[in-house]
Amino acid sequence: MSVLIFVDQTEGHIKKASYEVLTYGAQVAKQMGTSAEALVLGTVNDDLSALGKYGVTKVHQVANETLNHVDAQLYAKVIAEAVTTSGANVVVFSHNQTGKAVAARVAARLQAGIVSGACALPDTSNGFVVKKTVFSGKAFANVSISSPIKVISLNPNSYQTVAGEGTATVAPLTVAVDASKIKITAVNKVSGEVPLTEADIVVSGGRGLKGPENWGVLLDLAKELHAATACSRPVGDAHWRPHHEHVGQTGVQVAPNLYIALGISGAIQHLAGVNRSKVIVVINKDPEAPFFKAADYGIVGDLFEVVPKLTEEIRKMKASA
Amino acid sequence: MKILVCISKTPDTTSKIAFTNGNTKFDEAGVQWIINPYDEWYSLVRAIELKEKDASVTIHLITVGGADCDPVIRKALALGGDEAIRVNADSTDSYFIAAQIAEVAKKGNYAIIFTGKEAIDYNGSSIGGMVAELVDAPYISLATLFELNGSTATITREIEGGEEVAEVGLPVVVSCQKGVAEQRIPNMRGIMAARTKPLQVVEPAAINALTSVVSFELPPAKAGVKLVSPDNVAELVRLLHEEAKAI
Ligand SMILES: Cc1cc2nc3c(=O)[nH]c(=O)nc-3n(C[C@H](O)[C@H](O)[C@H](O)COP(=O)(O)OP(=O)(O)OC[C@H]3O[C@@H](n4cnc5c(N)ncnc54)[C@H](O)[C@@H]3O)c2cc1C
Ligand SMILES: Nc1ncnc2c1ncn2[C@@H]1O[C@H](COP(=O)(O)O)[C@@H](O)[C@H]1O
Repeated sequence: MSVLIFVDQTEGHIKKASYEVLTYGAQVAKQMGTSAEALVLGTVNDDLSALGKYGVTKVHQVANETLNHVDAQLYAKVIAEAVTTSGANVVVFSHNQTGKAVAARVAARLQAGIVSGACALPDTSNGFVVKKTVFSGKAFANVSISSPIKVISLNPNSYQTVAGEGTATVAPLTVAVDASKIKITAVNKVSGEVPLTEADIVVSGGRGLKGPENWGVLLDLAKELHAATACSRPVGDAHWRPHHEHVGQTGVQVAPNLYIALGISGAIQHLAGVNRSKVIVVINKDPEAPFFKAADYGIVGDLFEVVPKLTEEIRKMKASA
Repeated sequence: MKILVCISKTPDTTSKIAFTNGNTKFDEAGVQWIINPYDEWYSLVRAIELKEKDASVTIHLITVGGADCDPVIRKALALGGDEAIRVNADSTDSYFIAAQIAEVAKKGNYAIIFTGKEAIDYNGSSIGGMVAELVDAPYISLATLFELNGSTATITREIEGGEEVAEVGLPVVVSCQKGVAEQRIPNMRGIMAARTKPLQVVEPAAINALTSVVSFELPPAKAGVKLVSPDNVAELVRLLHEEAKAI
């Protein structure tokens, strides 16, 4: 019995979401009176023994270069084998892009029940019940898993990372890896920008900005805050901003610490993608805009006047800090 | 070439989310049911586009659900599916649903199985990966573009902070999102034709559900917005820094 935590990496570096799941998984193990171990696939540059700081005692690594790219089919085989050899009965993933590709596939392979999009520690007082977001963040469901092996994929940004002391032993794991049936022909990363789903702060613009030529005020604010940028669906549809910035029910779902909405009305479908944000700031000239009902802070005013002032005040605050 | 499109029925995006029976059941009163937008706008439309380019393509639709799914399946047939299969079982367990789809898929010899990125009610993002595992096919998740050249698919998919282009042979299972296609509205001819298209109802295979919903909760209401005057932007910065500790 143990908890196995899948550690997601890219280009040799461990992703931020992985530290959240490590902390979470270690807590699950503590709650169950067992140990937490990590699993890393592919070759990495980061120091794996340092993962001990998050509460794992052992890090299994399958350092096979084929695994440097996520192929769900290969990953599922390798992870399932690691679950079996390590004797884990709880497997934890981040519900990020890799988790969405792989976690359910591992669950099916192991005939394990899965709760995906989990947002709290399991309740083990009576069975094994995990809380997850449903209806695009508009509600939660408590879901009971009845299978012997349980898979959890944790919503990014829903569990606080805690680093303590400790080092983990790194144990190479040899697993036969098939040839991939998928050939990656291009990888296009948006360079120089903060990835939307990993960002602590997101600055988002709607139709209230009137046109793509006006995005400068938003970009200045985002730059000052080291924030990722996002937009409403009509803005994406009109190609004022790239598609991948579109947040909402039918776009990207984000849960940053701070979401700043500029000239967005706050339609229910938009809120569905942002309502897990910790703090929401709305700047809109219409006091009746529905977004104010979902906001923590707001300014009723013309964004073209307010936003440059906001950027300036933040700059001042940082300078005096 | 046969394509299987997985269709789920979900509440309309504007539905009021409420629960009954001591918070154990979704309150369906007044709810309009729709085809899950990811299934309708992206995977189904892309399948139809592939058929428009190559007349040898046939599109089968599958849904796991009760007779209350039939109107939604008819709509999907009106958009352009050729025939539909409904596995007559109601479940919220992803493994149960995926295993039912896999049973049908294994018999059907499908070149492509499309799912949506997620169902907008239970937000599992699980069915595609599970079906792929159960039929032992490659899985490309979160696709934003799907092109077919002979028996090779070229698929762009979302990764953290960008996208990646993958080439894969058939059969393949793909979960679709924005970018793969554009929404279409069914026309009168399609609606008429859909009435007579085959909708086969099959009983489920014996599979045990591995999860069950114990209860639902609504998030705590927000305390209410703190409004700051547009002439005092510095106050907003102070609140965000000192009170919310967000910057
Ligand atoms: C099935 C379905 C799915 C959908 N999915 C999504 C989704 O995922 N994401 C999404 O965003 N939408 C989605 N929509 C669309 C959604 O319903 C809204 O139409 C959309 O969010 C509105 O975008 P907006 O707020 O940018 O524009 P608008 O609603 O036009 O709002 C613009 C706002 O800007 C304000 N404004 C104008 N000028 C200024 C100024 N100078 N200063 C300050 N404020 C100003 C206005 O007061 C107004 O509130 C979906 C719709 C459907 C039916
Ligand atoms: N009951 C169902 N019947 C058929 N397909 C489904 C069902 N539930 C989900 N799907 C498919 O799986 C996708 C992802 O759903 P989920 O994993 O539940 O978020 C959906 O977009 C559908 O394509």
